[in-house]
Amino acid sequence: MPLNIDWQQILLHWMNLAILTGGLYFLLYKPVKQFMEKREEHYRSLDRQAQETLSQAQEKLSQAQKKLDGADEDIRQSRAKAQQAVQQSAEEQLARVQAQAQQILTHARAEAEHDKEEILRSSQRELRKLAAEATKRLALHRDPFDQFLDLAEEEARHEER
Amino acid sequence: MKQHKKGLALWLAAILLLLAGALLTGSPGRAETVQEAMRDAVLHDVNRVSLLGWKAVNPGLISAFLVTAALLLAAALIRLFVIPKFQYIPGRLQLLLEEAVGLFDGMAKGSSPHRYGFVGMYIFGVGCFIFVGTLFELLGVQAVTIHGHAITLPAPLSDINAAIALGTLSYLVIISGGIAGNGVKGIGKSLKEFSLPISMSFRLFGALLSGLLVTELVYYFISLSFVLPVVVGVLFTLLHALVQTYVLTMLTALYYGEVSEPDHKPKKAKARP
Repeated sequence: MPLNIDWQQILLHWMNLAILTGGLYFLLYKPVKQFMEKREEHYRSLDRQAQETLSQAQEKLSQAQKKLDGADEDIRQSRAKAQQAVQQSAEEQLARVQAQAQQILTHARAEAEHDKEEILRSSQRELRKLAAEATKRLALHRDPFDQFLDLAEEEARHEER
Repeated sequence: MKQHKKGLALWLAAILLLLAGALLTGSPGRAETVQEAMRDAVLHDVNRVSLLGWKAVNPGLISAFLVTAALLLAAALIRLFVIPKFQYIPGRLQLLLEEAVGLFDGMAKGSSPHRYGFVGMYIFGVGCFIFVGTLFELLGVQAVTIHGHAITLPAPLSDINAAIALGTLSYLVIISGGIAGNGVKGIGKSLKEFSLPISMSFRLFGALLSGLLVTELVYYFISLSFVLPVVVGVLFTLLHALVQTYVLTMLTALYYGEVSEPDHKPKKAKARP
């Protein structure tokens, strides 16, 4: 063969290359590649975890924000309710006080009326008594006309009082 | 200061003495002319080595076996003692291994995104072989020829049989990618690139052989054996080890990706009335 080409040696070189390629694949290429893939997967999972944690944190933040917004609304509503309750309570108290005042007034009026009637009755009783005494005196001791005038004056004074 | 000067003078004197000794001693006589040396470097038809007493083979084949043995031994040791201690934050050796694997894996994925598992494995093995095999000539491993002469084992790929084996094997890998990706059409696609095995084989052979020839030439003349071999032997070898590794693996991955890419024929649109 030209250039000393030898097919047998070429086949031996093929065999040599096949052994080398297979050997290097199993001893070096595959394990190193597997390790690199494992490390890549490890860092990818770390990245995934970080992303998940981040998204959870963001979700929590948005929830907290929502709660905060809701709390503002709650506070507003509570304040409105409290104001309403206070107003209602004040109105109720006022009504109660007014009713009590009315009652006291009515009671006072009734008492006053009763006192007035009592006074009138006692006055009438006294008048009758005085009239009876005057009649008695007129009939027994003095000029009846003078006694009448004295009694009348005394009655007028008593009325004034 | 004086001590420094003394040391420098001693160093220079030692160099001059050694040079004078080397020139005065002379060589035992050349076994072959420069033409013969060049011819043998290309053809390997004189200085052949016995393969375990079975057959006289080119020294390149012995080099290839030695490189494979060394690589597999290193890989086994790494597998046993280094890989189990891998950390998520890599050390220097781990970084080097990951870079090497990542380089070929990335090349396979980038060139052949549809189907890259097998080609990644192949270019990793072949890449290691070309790189270490090219640097192998720097070691100067000695072997005895069938005629009883001692020779330095060359780089495996400076043997044309190794270059043809690598070129044709790469082409077969490309064809296998075509079949796996596109079936019978893949074979047609791969056969279109019929010049690939020849171009790949002879590119490798030519590149490695030119390095070998220059080195042979340099070492043939004793006057060129000082200082110059550092540049020729080490730097050039390192450079073309990198270049040849990159070229062959990249070409294989690229063609593999091209022929294994599934066809995307546009569906015929229904003609609207």
